[in-house]
Amino acid sequence: MLILECPYCGVKAEETELAAGGEAHLKRFGPGSSDDEFHDYLFMRENPKGVHFERWRHANGCGKWFHAARCTMTLEVFGTYTAQTSVPTQEIQDKIAAKRPGWTWREFADGKK
Amino acid sequence: MSKAVSVLNGAQYTGIAKVEDAGLQGMITLRGDLGSKALKAAVKAATGAEVPAQGSVNVAKNGAVAWMSTDELLLLVPYEDAVAKTAEVAEALKGEHALAVNVSDARAFFRLSGEGAREVLGKVSPVDFDAAAFVPGQFRRSRLAQVAGAFWLNEDGSFYIVCFRSVGEYVFKLLSTAAHPQSKVGVY
Ligand SMILES: [Zn+2]
Repeated sequence: MLILECPYCGVKAEETELAAGGEAHLKRFGPGSSDDEFHDYLFMRENPKGVHFERWRHANGCGKWFHAARCTMTLEVFGTYTAQTSVPTQEIQDKIAAKRPGWTWREFADGKK
Repeated sequence: MSKAVSVLNGAQYTGIAKVEDAGLQGMITLRGDLGSKALKAAVKAATGAEVPAQGSVNVAKNGAVAWMSTDELLLLVPYEDAVAKTAEVAEALKGEHALAVNVSDARAFFRLSGEGAREVLGKVSPVDFDAAAFVPGQFRRSRLAQVAGAFWLNEDGSFYIVCFRSVGEYVFKLLSTAAHPQSKVGVY
């Protein structure tokens, strides 16, 4: 069972109180973008075995969206963090680096700011 | 005007805990900046209670305030005062980025009491109801089996439960089933 702590209400919410919102930190390509960019924005998703960043909503709770970083292989949760950011916060990156030295995910990686 | 009645008009069930339709309850949803001076004053004036800390409820003599999220409170006031108090709160928050809505008739309100209260709620909600984990004054939004619901624990060991009125009958039957006299598990 997956348990994530909602950063807004501090509740340790169990999976059934949450709604999964897919991959985190997508950059939207809309009008004016190329066909390839729009295609990738719509369809291309990370499917890592290891460190992953996701969006979740505390649906049966405060109703807020937030971000979570976890390991898809062990289900270990590195932490949850605010939705008001378009990149993983330094704090969460540091937490991951402490447990998975050398981690990478899309353009983000251990030691890379 | 037609006579207002609560969702199950005072229905009760007694098993390992007592489930009661707690009757008509005035409820006002208030969204805004919980740190704002004007909002704090308006909440105090409407309910007699202070803005609660995260995840808790403050109960006063004739009202209560529950923490719903970082920008939302649920004000509990006498049913017959809800319309007037909603207008007062809205008036007091004029010019603020805030919204007060009377939701009394959109909600159902239940009381769950007795020895088995923690256990009954524990059967239908994914929340830790251990005496050390869930204490009086604590307020939690979660789910009651398949529907959204919120509840808090009173000093006397009873719970008040709030849900949408449209699922009020479902919640009453759900709690009653979970309170079946021969269904004691004995975890809490
Ligand atoms: Zn939350």
